[in-house]
Amino acid sequence: MASSSKLNAKIPEGTLENKWTKYRSTVHLVNPANKRSLEIIVVGSGLAGSSAAASLAEMGYKVKVFCFQDSPRRAHSIAAQGGVNAAKNYQNDGDSVYRLFYDTIKGGDYRAREANVHRLAEVSGSIIDQCVAQGVPFAREYGGTLSNRSFGGTQVQRTFYAAGQTGQQLLLGAYSALQRQVGMGAVQMLARHEMMDVVNIDGKCRGIIARDLITGKLERHFAHAVLLCTGGYGNVFYLSTNAMGCNVTAAWKAHKKGAFFGNPCYTQIHPTCIPVSGDHQSKLTLMSESLRNDGRIWVPKKPNDTRKANEIPEEERDYYLERRYPAFGNLVPRDVASRAAKERCDAGYGVGTSKMAVYLDFAANTERYGKIQVNKLGLHNVSKEEVIRLGKEVVKEKYGNLFDMYKQITGEDPYELPMRIYPAVHYTMGGLWVDYNLMTTVEGLYALGEANFSDHGANRLGASALMQGLADGYFVIPYTIGDYLSEEIRTKSIPTDHEAFVKAEAEVQERITKLLAIKGTKSVDNFHKRLGKIMWDKCGMARNAQGLQEAITDIQNLKKEFWSDVRVPGTANEFNPELEKAHRVADFIELGELMCIDALTRNESCGGHFREEYQTPDGEALRDDDNYAYVAAWQYIADSNFELHKEELKYENIKLAQRNYA
Amino acid sequence: MSGHGNMNLTLKVWKQKNKDTKGKFETYQAKGISPDMSFLEMFDVVNEQLISGNQEPIAFDHDCREGICGACSMYINGRPHGPKGGVTTCQLHMRSFKDGDTIVVEPWRSAAFPVIKDLAVDRSSFDRIISAGGFVSVNTGNSKDANNILINKDDADEAFNAAACIGCGACVAACKNSSAMLFVSAKVSQLALLPQGQIERYDRVLNMVKQMDEEGFGNCTNTGACEAECPKSISLENIARLNREYSAAKLMQDKVN
Ligand SMILES: Cc1cc2nc3c(=O)[nH]c(=O)nc-3n(C[C@H](O)[C@H](O)[C@H](O)COP(=O)(O)OP(=O)(O)OC[C@H]3O[C@@H](n4cnc5c(N)ncnc54)[C@H](O)[C@@H]3O)c2cc1C
Ligand code: SF4
Ligand code: FES
Repeated sequence: MASSSKLNAKIPEGTLENKWTKYRSTVHLVNPANKRSLEIIVVGSGLAGSSAAASLAEMGYKVKVFCFQDSPRRAHSIAAQGGVNAAKNYQNDGDSVYRLFYDTIKGGDYRAREANVHRLAEVSGSIIDQCVAQGVPFAREYGGTLSNRSFGGTQVQRTFYAAGQTGQQLLLGAYSALQRQVGMGAVQMLARHEMMDVVNIDGKCRGIIARDLITGKLERHFAHAVLLCTGGYGNVFYLSTNAMGCNVTAAWKAHKKGAFFGNPCYTQIHPTCIPVSGDHQSKLTLMSESLRNDGRIWVPKKPNDTRKANEIPEEERDYYLERRYPAFGNLVPRDVASRAAKERCDAGYGVGTSKMAVYLDFAANTERYGKIQVNKLGLHNVSKEEVIRLGKEVVKEKYGNLFDMYKQITGEDPYELPMRIYPAVHYTMGGLWVDYNLMTTVEGLYALGEANFSDHGANRLGASALMQGLADGYFVIPYTIGDYLSEEIRTKSIPTDHEAFVKAEAEVQERITKLLAIKGTKSVDNFHKRLGKIMWDKCGMARNAQGLQEAITDIQNLKKEFWSDVRVPGTANEFNPELEKAHRVADFIELGELMCIDALTRNESCGGHFREEYQTPDGEALRDDDNYAYVAAWQYIADSNFELHKEELKYENIKLAQRNYA
Repeated sequence: MSGHGNMNLTLKVWKQKNKDTKGKFETYQAKGISPDMSFLEMFDVVNEQLISGNQEPIAFDHDCREGICGACSMYINGRPHGPKGGVTTCQLHMRSFKDGDTIVVEPWRSAAFPVIKDLAVDRSSFDRIISAGGFVSVNTGNSKDANNILINKDDADEAFNAAACIGCGACVAACKNSSAMLFVSAKVSQLALLPQGQIERYDRVLNMVKQMDEEGFGNCTNTGACEAECPKSISLENIARLNREYSAAKLMQDKVN
């Protein structure tokens, strides 16, 4: 297979270990005087956007940052819990840049680009140094050094963390660096602004159209380069662990203006989340993967069993992960655990009122911990109640905050009853296709963080999204952008009365007018929920050709209905959250169709993309490296019409192998 | 307004078109609310019905809906984030209320937080306070190996507790003087407790307090309402530390001048 001529990944020559070093010392530079007259727009203030904006402003560029929240500090990165990876080898357990590189490629089921992933591993250590220098309060040992924890898919301890709020602390670090530049006048911050479109002039991206969300006014902004750091699109499924405002609009608008979309069907579904409790539910909450260390997952052996969990005797419980995967048991990887839960619930064995949940039970381990305590304390003739009480204390110390969160949401006490959990959409590996410089197929238009098709192949390892966002912003873009901007020093600011700006603004205006004029009968959420259901049922944890074909038709019909029957209240020139949602859902509908097309075209299973037709006899993902070891980069041609371009993935340093977890 | 549950409630909600117009309370019936809904999901149900009845929905800020982004900000029955301690509005569930209750919902009230619409307010004053000094001045790429800075675990933990502030502004809304001291002290404390924050320690506190005053926040009279209402349990000890830092900084400043 050869790569499409329209895709040049611009991977530097040289050995894997030397590519980035050599690149950095030979890439074109922009001198300080010229930097002052070069303008950069950064859309998004999450880890990727804030770190990029602060770093570029420190270097002397003129930077404008946009975010839709009321403050850059509220970007969705704030919600990340577990931690951030870095190959520091502080634990002296054999970690190295190569090992992090290898784990990431393998974890991604061999569908990521070697050179990018190696660079990510190379800069990972500097991220921790930078964050510590900013005053990020990472967890520490008594000796004063940094503490690490383990995460899935690795055998070393390389995850740095700040309690269960790592994303918050990293983002506040990047936000403080950003606000410092705002204070110095080097960055203009435009919060409560939504990017509505990109503006291209003579084939290069030259700015954006933004909407002031308070006044509704449309604005034109010029820049020599535009960076989209706008996060992931998990909310295409309506219900996900993402924040309510997460959307695909910026990326989708760029896509329609020429940026190819990479691997749209790769989504990550996390097995342990608090399940849906009713139609009213607006989002789902993650329960950390670490719980699976001490919890046993089961459903009743009898279908439609209505008894309470503690009324079901041991011999009538089906510990289906232990039954199906005796070697790994409850600790099988995320995608396997998720699919197995779905299989049981679909077959009618689910629990809870919705029947779309399984139990995560801590009783056995609580008792085990209790017995250990009894021995430790040298107690004799202890009652069973006392053993359990002691065990609960241990469990509380390990997982107290998660148990509290669970109790708050469900009203049930997980110390007494098993948790009810179900898989939920969590992360999107797909995104805008970018080359080694993080530039999309539109010159001058870049994508960073979760918004790009990223370094995670078909499946992301835990604690690697924070690493990638900060790598892109702090340590990659400050170098790679020079390659382009060094050629732009003679480009004067283009006045925003240029016809391209006028036309782009008029198009946005027209769409707003159209949305408000429909005055149909159904709310935006009504459409969003229905789109989510189609996606979840037919392009979710397991997919097949027939379902995907149906989904494509369903989505096309939903789109027609949306544009003829949606009701958007209010006016264009005011704070109007329903109008904001309408734009986003309209774009999600179009993206949903492309995701299904991509999933249908990829006739193999890999990572988070599981096509039921392609599995091993024991139900594992079956890759087809001969035909599908490529990045699918989709070009927008017209409505519902996309053209596939392939970037061949060449593995020169790692041998392709089937992942085996049995 | 019906949502498949069995609780019926009366809502008195502050409606205000924008910062330049006067607002007033409107009454809504929330019917069929399930105790499992979050407070914001109850608002979703009400809004959905308002939209299908061709009425204007209620505007409010929210995003993460899990208590970490700090966007949600409702003043519920006279208390920021409602009756339950230690949670944000989005983490409050309807089982904290009884069938038949009347619930009064207002925006944060403070001169430094002008109303944008209904329950959404402008908290950009908090961002400007951070811009005035809530950072360590270190450019990207200048850092030494992270483990070269050793930090006592207790200090690190205490700095983390202060850094857990989500910037929601409930402390200001709770305070009869609209003081932002708890918010400012949380950032000052985090950096004062860490070696990385020492170099700019005194400038930081002076600049941040100056900006706080300029934004129109009131004085702190130690009533402690902020701590009681803070969803992240940020401690009043931080305010004491801020005061100490401020006095020391003033002293240094006087010496220099
Ligand atoms: C619950 C949860 C826990 C997680 N835990 C971890 C973890 O422990 N470790 C890990 O590595 N990863 C974790 N992740 C994943 C990780 O948090 C995200 O992938 C990462 O934070 C994304 O960062 P980002 O900068 O790319 O985007 P975001 O943080 O999502 O920021 C997007 C920005 O773009 C702006 N924006 C979007 N659209 C527009 C528009 N049209 N106009 C203007 N602005 C716009 C937003 O305002 C925002 O500022 C977790 C994710 C979730 C959901
Ligand atoms: S101190 Fe507490 S109440 Fe005040 S902004 Fe921070 S988290 Fe909110
Ligand atoms: S919506 Fe984020 S804290 Fe409530």
